[in-house]
Order: sequence, then structure tokens, then C-alpha cells
Amino acid sequence: MSQARTGGGPLTASRPRHGERAVLALLWLCAAVSVVTTVGIVIVLFGEAASMFRIPGVSVIEFFTDTAWRPFTDPSSEQFRIGVLPLLNSTLLITALAMLVAIPLGLGSAVYLSEYAPPRVRKTIKPALETLAGIPTVVLGFFALTFMTPLLRSVFGAENVPIFNAASAGIVVGILIVPTIASIAEDAMTAVPRMLREGAYGLGASKRHVALRVVFPAALSGIVAAVILGFGRAIGETLIVSLAAGNLPPADLPAVNPFQQVQTMTAYIVQAVGGESPRGSVTFQAIFAVGALLFVVTFAMNLLAQRFVRRFREEY
Amino acid sequence: MIAGFAALALILAACGGGEDPATDEAPAPGEESSEGGSDGESQSGSIEIDGSSTVGPLTDAIAEEYASVQPDVIVNLGISGTGGGFERFCETGDIQISNASRPIAEDEVALCEENGIEYTEVRVGTDALTMVTSIDTDFVTCLTTEEIVSIWGPDGVSSWDQVNPEFPAEPLQVFAPGVDSGTYDFFNEVILEPSEIESPRQDFSASEDDNVIAQGVIGTPGSWGFFGFAYYQETQDQVRAIEFDGGEGCVAPSVETAQDDSYLLSRPLFIYVRNDALGEPLVADFVTYYLETVNDVIEDVGYVPATDDELAEAAATVEDAIAAAG
Amino acid sequence: MAISSPAKLSRQANDDLRSSPGRTAKESATHAVLLVSTAIAIAVLVVLAVDILSDGAGRLNLDFFTSYVSRFPEETGIRAGITGTLSLMVLVAITTFPLGVGAALYLEEFAPRNRFTRLLEVNINNLAGVPSVIYGLLGLSVFVYVIGFGRALISGGLTLTLLVLPIVIVSAREALRSVPREIRAGGLALGATPLQVAARQTLPAAMPGVLTGMILSLSRAIGETAPILVAGAIAFRRADNEPWHPFEAFTAIPIHIFDFVKRPQAEFQVEVAAAAIIVLMVLLLVMNSAAIVLRNRYSRI
Repeated sequence: MSQARTGGGPLTASRPRHGERAVLALLWLCAAVSVVTTVGIVIVLFGEAASMFRIPGVSVIEFFTDTAWRPFTDPSSEQFRIGVLPLLNSTLLITALAMLVAIPLGLGSAVYLSEYAPPRVRKTIKPALETLAGIPTVVLGFFALTFMTPLLRSVFGAENVPIFNAASAGIVVGILIVPTIASIAEDAMTAVPRMLREGAYGLGASKRHVALRVVFPAALSGIVAAVILGFGRAIGETLIVSLAAGNLPPADLPAVNPFQQVQTMTAYIVQAVGGESPRGSVTFQAIFAVGALLFVVTFAMNLLAQRFVRRFREEY
Repeated sequence: MIAGFAALALILAACGGGEDPATDEAPAPGEESSEGGSDGESQSGSIEIDGSSTVGPLTDAIAEEYASVQPDVIVNLGISGTGGGFERFCETGDIQISNASRPIAEDEVALCEENGIEYTEVRVGTDALTMVTSIDTDFVTCLTTEEIVSIWGPDGVSSWDQVNPEFPAEPLQVFAPGVDSGTYDFFNEVILEPSEIESPRQDFSASEDDNVIAQGVIGTPGSWGFFGFAYYQETQDQVRAIEFDGGEGCVAPSVETAQDDSYLLSRPLFIYVRNDALGEPLVADFVTYYLETVNDVIEDVGYVPATDDELAEAAATVEDAIAAAG
Repeated sequence: MAISSPAKLSRQANDDLRSSPGRTAKESATHAVLLVSTAIAIAVLVVLAVDILSDGAGRLNLDFFTSYVSRFPEETGIRAGITGTLSLMVLVAITTFPLGVGAALYLEEFAPRNRFTRLLEVNINNLAGVPSVIYGLLGLSVFVYVIGFGRALISGGLTLTLLVLPIVIVSAREALRSVPREIRAGGLALGATPLQVAARQTLPAAMPGVLTGMILSLSRAIGETAPILVAGAIAFRRADNEPWHPFEAFTAIPIHIFDFVKRPQAEFQVEVAAAAIIVLMVLLLVMNSAAIVLRNRYSRI
């Protein structure tokens, strides 16, 4: 596309030509796909959830306040309880455990790879991390059950750690998202211009100072983005938790003991989707209600995190 | 990037004339080419099957053998669960055969009627649900229905001596299939329904994956659980099977006791076939082959063969249905 | 907004500039801690890899790739899953790349700084965190039922596309953002339009990071079981004619793994599943290596 500029006028870009306008419109459409996706998710989730609340005996208030989750019988029966708090509690417990593992390991690796590692080491480890991010979660689920659980049982005593517990799943979920956090955070740190580092070294700063007080803050927006993506992935993790954490919502809330069996929101979705309940029944429609809640929770987290990113963003 | 769009558009356009997927009528998917065939004729086309994850591996074993006889046939087999299978069978109508680990339910019958789908129920085998405990829990060898109710019922106890005063006071831990599985439904039907109990205890370790139940039972002294016979056969030296006394004495699960109906926790395995599909030579051939071959493969898969009488009866039903469908 | 005040900064700098016995210790300690965290992360994953290799390597022979699933562990192969996974990946790659890069370009280079754009950004960041199983439900409702593709390859592929698109956009944006402002300013100063600058200067400069995002997203998509399971992947398929047909039923390697892991026979759970995992990981390695080579070719800075 070569075209000589007509003289005069300020050095701002000329008005886009027709071809360019079309391209820009196409680009806009690409971005709009995301809106369509969200609208689709909202319609499907909330629409189906609404049809569940229309079933007599299922109340929205109970959904949010009741402390037991047993949507398996008829709503009129005594056993029926539809409180989502146990599921929510389980999800948050496991996610917290996962982040406890993933943030130090992930960010530590990122700082090491970007500031300390010699180029050859970096060239081998980085692709390794990227590849290992693709380990199927079903494999990690079995790893949690057959390796992590026995390990925890021998360390903490078999009487304290049941076969299905939140800690095994939480730790393995943390391990799962370490590559995600490390990779994106490391990209953000390597993107920090060399000039900043060189300036600091020129002033006699140590490597530690440069890494932790110059590069890290400079890359903060990318680092927080990495942590957000990791967090979101942890909250939504399905197979590891359903294999290793169990399918029993905790009875005493708030549940903070990591050595107990739990059932996360995603584990319930898997249980009900693969199960025998017909569409239209409370058990099945509850999938969408739980899914809608999951969606809202992640949305709220993201909003919070994005505010944080905007505050600390440094421009070059 | 424009190239990317163009490529995408081209590909979608080129393939847009592809198969018309199922809508709400009940079209027969896949193309067939042979006419009026029976065994021996070369078949081609595709068969769509879905349903129980218990029966799935059995149907797949048949498909595996069938592929060596009829290599041009494509068998697409899903395992969405018995309920999911019936939904596709009766409502969307996009499968010809539904695998089921329980008989079709009333509301599913109504659904099929609503959509004008007539079907034939074909019994293909038996599963002997087995109760198990960990290998060092040696004080329990047999349980009566009442004892099981005290373990599994809504007021499930937490210690073995509450099940039977002769047992030691060891803590009891329950592992079982999740509330959404056919196995769970069947167990409740046999154990709880006769005493008019609606649902079991709510605090057990549930899993959709029977291997996970096995892990739980093996690793926990004082455990109690149940799962399909195939899983017991594979873990025989790591768990202890519990005999069931349904009122006529303690009976251990085995091929023989399941076949002569003395083991009362055995459940029939079915395939349901659309009658109009039986009118197609491809499906008719496959189902006939199924019944001829099932007893050769079922023990490899881990279940109990249907008795010769049961199979003969099923074969006769199928023959009639094929003839009726023309 | 400064991270720390000038006074605090200079105090810190002075602390670090002063050579003190504490300083070298701090240095080594930090280095050690960081090295250990990287090592732990890699070590766990290496343990897993070794475990899988030792379990599955014995099963890897030509038959494993050319046979279909069987009731006998020794005769089982993942032929249907391999074609399925490859087809899904091609589908996902060709749809995600234009959509993702297009969206990232729009948001980073052309979008006016108004509320609507903010909404778009928030929306995309949010979508990156939606659990994969929810995309499965979306794909089932929209692609399988409403649009009517049925339980076909294209439904699974488009579901996975929606799943990974936000990740591609987010990391492509990070990559674009990291391109120094001077490059854009230089282009504009020479008289190019913003679109020309974006297409010819910024995007190529950001390509390494964009490709990283693509690698990560395809890595993610390749191992996902839940969304394609819900959106209609089947477990057993024997199709010699056109196994990759976009409007026919499909399966994938993760679905096979899921099935093997649930079977009663220990050989399936351990050895056959491990063999299937190895195949999947090798596929990933090949893809990643190809992308890294590409990335190195593009890299200029």
C-alpha cells in the first residue's frame, strides 16, 4: 500500500481510506465476538437457571442462604436442600490453597527465568514450562489421588487426612497453574526495556534490587494479569477436584480445614452433566444455576483485579 | 489476516453441503448402500449409539468384532449415561440404539410415544452389583437388607457395632457411586424401596468413577462400598466382597449366582433399538450380530453373560421386529 | 503514579549500593530461593513425566497408532483420537488466529478510549476466567442444538475456539503493548496510516509474544476434556473413511484418556492411559517446537 502523502496539514495520520475502513470494521467485529460469547453464556446460564427457580419448592433465597446442598430429590421432600454456600465455600477453599502454592512458585520461577537464568537455561526451561502447561487435567487428577493423597496421609497421619480431601486437589491445582502464571509473568518481565535495568545497574544496584524493585514493579500489570488468569483457571478447574476432592459438600460452614472432603461448584456440574437426571429436573437445571453463580463470581474477581491493574500500570 | 478469514469462509462453505444433522424429527442418520441384505452381505454406512457407560464398553467390544466382519461400517458410540442416551433416543432421535443399565423409565416411555418412536428392548447381559469392604475388615462377610439399610439409609450409622452388635466398634466409611448414576438408582430400588425409604444417607464419599470408589475402599479400614461386577473382578485381591442376604440366605456375587437369579443384586443390561432402524439392513445386521457374539465377549468386558434362554428370547424378539419393520 | 517516593527509592538504592556483608548474603539467598521455586515447579512436573514415561513407553508401538479402541489392553490403539485431536487443533488454530489477533489489534491500536472499549476489555478478561465446562454447556446449546451442527467435529472445535480466544487476545495484547512506542511514532511520522503501522510494524514486532499466546492456548485446548465431552465428543469411534469430516462425530485423545482411566482393568488405567498421554505430550512438543522456531525467526529486537 504505497501512496504519497499530500502536502500540508499536521503529521497525524490521514483519514483511513475505504479499504482501511473495511479492515477496521472487520477488526471491530473480531472484538465483538467476545461480546456475543458473553451474551450467549448469560442467556444460556441464566435462562436455564430461571427455569429451575420456576419449579415449585425451589426458592432463590434458599439458594443463596441455605447451608446444605442436596438437590437430588423432589423439591417437596424433606431431604431436599438447595443452598449453594457449601459449594461456594469448597471452591474458595481449594482456590486459596492453589494460589498459596502457585503464586510463590510461579512468580519465583518467572523472576528467576527473566533476571537470573543464563540464556541456555532459559531456552530449555521456558519451552518445558509451556509444554507442561498442557498436561491433561484428568492425568493430574489421578496424580492427586494416587500420589499427593498418600503423601499427605503419611506426612500428616492417615487418621487426619481422608482419602478425598481439599488439600490434595488444591495443591495439584496450584501446580497446574504454575506454568500459566510463570510464563505470562516472565513474558511481562522480559518485556521491560533493557534501559531500565541498565540504568539501575549503572547506579550500582545489585541483581536482587533490579529484579525485585525495578523490573517487578515495572512489569506489574503483566504480572497481575498472569495471576488473574491463574486464579480464574484455579476457580474453574473441574477434573482434578472431582477426582481428588470428593463429591460431598461440607456440612459445617465455614469449612476451612483443608483435610476434609468437599464438593466444588465445578465438581457438581460434572457430576450432574454426566449423570442420569433428565433435562428439566432440578438436579440438572441446578447445573446452570451453579454455572451462573460461578460466572458472576469470576466476573466480580476480574473487575476487582482490573481496577488494581489500572492503578499500578506504568507507561513507557 | 484477510487470508485467514477467506480460508475460514472457504472451508465452511465447502463443507456446508455436508451431512444434515439431526433435527427434531427422527431421520435415520448416515448413508446406507446395500439393499435387502442379511448376514453375509457387505454393509456400509454409520450407526449412532449412545447411553449407559456400563453397557458402552460391551457394545464397543461387539463393534470391535463387527469391524473385522464389516470393515466399511462406521460405529459412533457415546457414553452420556442411560438417561442421556434415552433423551437422544426418544427426543432428538439422533441415535438408533440406546445402551441402558436399567429398564426404560415411565417418563422416557412417554417421551418416545410423544415423538412417535417405537422401539424394541433387547436384553444383552447381566451385571452383578458387588458390595465390598477393605481387605482387613474381616468381621463382615454377609449383610442382610436391614443391616444394609442401617449402613446406607438416611439415618446411616457411623460405626460397625451399630450395624450389628456382634461387630466391633470400628468407624464405618461409605463409598458409593454418585446420586446421578444408574448403579445408585438400582441399588436403592432393591434395598431401600421395599421399605419405602426415599433416599439414602447424604454424607457418603461419592464418585462417578468406580475406580475412585475402589481406591477409597482399599485404602480405608472399615470401609463399605458398592460398584459393578467388572470392577470387583479387577480388584479381587485388594478388596473383600460381601455376600448379600435378601431374605433367602447369604449369596456371594458370581457368574453362576447372577445367572440363576439367586444373587438378588444382579441387574439386567439392555440395548434399545428403534424399530424403524431395524428396517434398515445395516442396523438389523448389527443387532443380529450383537446377539450372536455377545456371550463371546462379555466376560472379557467383565460382566455376566445372559443365559442361553434369555438370549434366545431376545433373538426371537429382534427377528420379529425386523420382520415387522420390513 | 510512582511506586515509591524518591526519598524511599534513594534510601533503598543507598542500601543496595553500600557494600555490606549482609548484601552478598541477601543476594545469594534471593538467588537460591528463586532457583528453588523454579526447581520445585519443574521437579514435580518432571516426576510426573518420568512416571508416565515408565508406565506407558512399553505400549508404544505402531499398532497403538493404527488400531482403534479394543476391550483388550494389548490391542487398544488411539487412532480415532489422533485424527480427532489433530483435526480439532487445525480448526481451532485457523479460527482463533484471525479472530484473536484482530480483536487484540483493534483494542490495542484503534479503539477509542471510551466506556464501550473499557467494557470490551473487561468482558474479554472475564471470559478468560470462565470455567471450561461452561463453554461446553454453551457449545452444546448453541452449536449442537440451536445452530444444528449436532455432535460434530465443528461443534467441538468452535467450542474450544470460544474457550481459548480470550487467552489469545489477552496475551496478544500484552505482546502489542510491549512494543515500544517509538516504533509506532516513527511509522506515523513517516506518513503511514495507523493501520499500516499496526500491520507492518507493530504486529510483526509483537509476533513473538502473540505466538506465545497461541502456543499456550492450543496447549490448553489440546488437553481439555470437559468442554468437548459436554459438547458431544464420543468415546468410541471406528471410521476409516474421512475420519476428519467436520460434520461427523468426533473423538479426541483426552476423551480416550478419560475412558481408559475409568476402566476396571489396571492395564488400561495405568499403561494404556500413560501411552495415550505420551502421544498427546509428544504432539504438544512438536507443536511448541514449531512455534518456537517461528518465534525465533520473527524475533528482531
